Amino acid sequence: MNLFVLLTLLQDGLTTGAIYLLLAVGLLIVFSVTRVIFVPQGDLLALAALTVAQLEAGSVPGTLWLLDALAVLAVLADLLAGSRWRALRWLPVPALVTLATLFGPRAAAWYAMPLGLAIITPFGPLLWRLVFRRAAGATMLTLLILAMALHFVLEGAGMVLFGPDGAATAPLTEAAFAVGPLTLSGQSLAVVGLCAALVALLRWFFGATIEGKALRAAASDRLGARLVGIDAARSGGLAFALAAFVAALSGVLIAALTPIGYDTGFAIGLKGFVAAIVGGLVSYPAAAAGAVLVGVLESLGSFWASAYRDVIVYALLVPVLLLLSWRGRRAGEET
Amino acid sequence: MRPSLFAAVAVVASLAAAGAQAQIRIGAILSISGPGAAMGVGYKGAFDFLPAEVAGQKIEYIVRDDATDAQTAYTIAQKLIAEDHVDAIIGPSLYSSDVAVQPLANDAHVPMIAMAPLVPVPEKFPYSFAVAQPLSLMVAAVFRHMQAAGVKTVGFIGFSDGWGDQVHAATVTAAAAGGIALVADERYARADTTVQAQALRLIALHPDAVMMGNSATPAVLPVVALRRLGYRGGIYGNHGIVSPAFIRVGGAPVDGVIADTSPVAVYDQLPDGNPIKPVASELMAAYTKKFGPASVNPFAGYSYDAMLLLANAIPAALKVAPPGTDAFRMALRDAMEHTHELVGVSGIYNMSATDHNGQDARAAVLVEVRHGEWTAIH
Repeated sequence: MNLFVLLTLLQDGLTTGAIYLLLAVGLLIVFSVTRVIFVPQGDLLALAALTVAQLEAGSVPGTLWLLDALAVLAVLADLLAGSRWRALRWLPVPALVTLATLFGPRAAAWYAMPLGLAIITPFGPLLWRLVFRRAAGATMLTLLILAMALHFVLEGAGMVLFGPDGAATAPLTEAAFAVGPLTLSGQSLAVVGLCAALVALLRWFFGATIEGKALRAAASDRLGARLVGIDAARSGGLAFALAAFVAALSGVLIAALTPIGYDTGFAIGLKGFVAAIVGGLVSYPAAAAGAVLVGVLESLGSFWASAYRDVIVYALLVPVLLLLSWRGRRAGEET
Repeated sequence: MRPSLFAAVAVVASLAAAGAQAQIRIGAILSISGPGAAMGVGYKGAFDFLPAEVAGQKIEYIVRDDATDAQTAYTIAQKLIAEDHVDAIIGPSLYSSDVAVQPLANDAHVPMIAMAPLVPVPEKFPYSFAVAQPLSLMVAAVFRHMQAAGVKTVGFIGFSDGWGDQVHAATVTAAAAGGIALVADERYARADTTVQAQALRLIALHPDAVMMGNSATPAVLPVVALRRLGYRGGIYGNHGIVSPAFIRVGGAPVDGVIADTSPVAVYDQLPDGNPIKPVASELMAAYTKKFGPASVNPFAGYSYDAMLLLANAIPAALKVAPPGTDAFRMALRDAMEHTHELVGVSGIYNMSATDHNGQDARAAVLVEVRHGEWTAIH
């Protein structure tokens, strides 16, 4: 292995690592606020990629109608639960997105990408409202089973709406830079750059805004947060919106590098989960390190023993879980 | 799956049940939903164009979906044999389902025509037949092209699953037969997002050509990675990649990729003297009229050929015994074994007591991506 190969592998590993980082952050946000392991995140990633690909082809994606249907269901659910005018709050965003799709220049790449994000992001709060909110007090196992079920439903929806073939989206940039012997692809730089920007933005959001601080409070102590007047349902919806947004963004970014099919998302989401586990499902910096580690390990693993690549990545979980449980027990003994 | 398809299957099934006067019953096990649905749609579509009557006998088709699951296929086969008393089974269309159903059909003396590339072993399973080209036959066609192009070394990259293993095994055999050295075996998973590392490794070995053991849209990954890294050798694939989606997703980098496919997939590009051309053109004219010009696929051809084999054997079997009897099914099997120069849309069949597939080199056509189209090369 010479320096050129090593650098190319590192570039590749960092690019996928950045995607896993986004997914790990989404998982952490949802888990810390609601105790849900957001398995369907990978499916939202795939749906976002397929949605943007279909928009770029000039047609109206089926996910738009799915979004509208979910919004109507959410209104009905709120009405049944006894709320009146407040139930209508689910409608404006899907309505705007629908108008923007039907009457906007949807085939243009600069328009299709943000539009795709706008279609998929509201799935987060809607799914939270329809699937998880009633079960908010349930055990983690119940929530996990709900999340798994939702994964199968969304994957099936992807198959029905987009068919079995994979799709690719237009890259953000075709540019490539020669640095010594290495060719840096513009798309890779864009992925890493966007991820860094998003992480910085989230940091600001959690550190400097009331909404962000409320989320952090809800994450660290739900009962305490409710006592000081933080709406638990609202913070749950917000956490899901954030997770859906980062999943959609990952999907759009990655679909320019590799074809995404309706069933591709789960495996990618699982890698993000491995990264989040490295962070013990609580620590953002550790999860970020985990994501980069998974990306680079994957890249190097593919080079040395391509048939065992996934084995290598998932084997990483064993020492991490051992260490976490050992530390957990120590902490348990101390208190 | 699309509800309309389910509805259609249900309606067909209920109509068939109402008019249970049909003389010959043929069961079909297809993967219409689940991961194999992309192909299942093609297998299923052909049933609209299968004959309703053969030699004066009405044919009743009982089409079932195994949801791309061998266990389900096994249960369906049990029911088809024990409750529906079928005279023959078309399918299963999934390889693992074929393997699961095969012993059951053979024990019950029900001829089955596998539609995945199963290699029948008549000595062990005398009632098993197959219409999909054996992988060895397809890969051999690709390697003949490599030989003619002067390729001396070839690197392999494929899926890290059963399909990758099967294509790799066929590649090993074909490379040895053609005097070509196989220098690498790189693998990746269907859901992988990058094959940069495997491509780097291949390029470091400087093979004259690369053979791919993958399928569907994830197959564009190695092509794009190799071309981006400046690889200039030939890139070859198997018939699993031949679909419009491969070109749509792959774009310009996949230009020049060469693969084998079934004749029916490029029926309109076959040379005029090819006996398969008129048969395939007739089927696809009706098929594309119903399902649209982009619906051409090799899988519909397998369903069609399976029924062609049966229809060709039914008259002889009718002379021995009436349908629904053990003697009829045995006679049907015997007659199928004597199929001679039967022209289907996927190849030309010559069965014997030792060969229950009966296809030869005429069942493989080479295609190349040229200007964004799969173009037959001769």
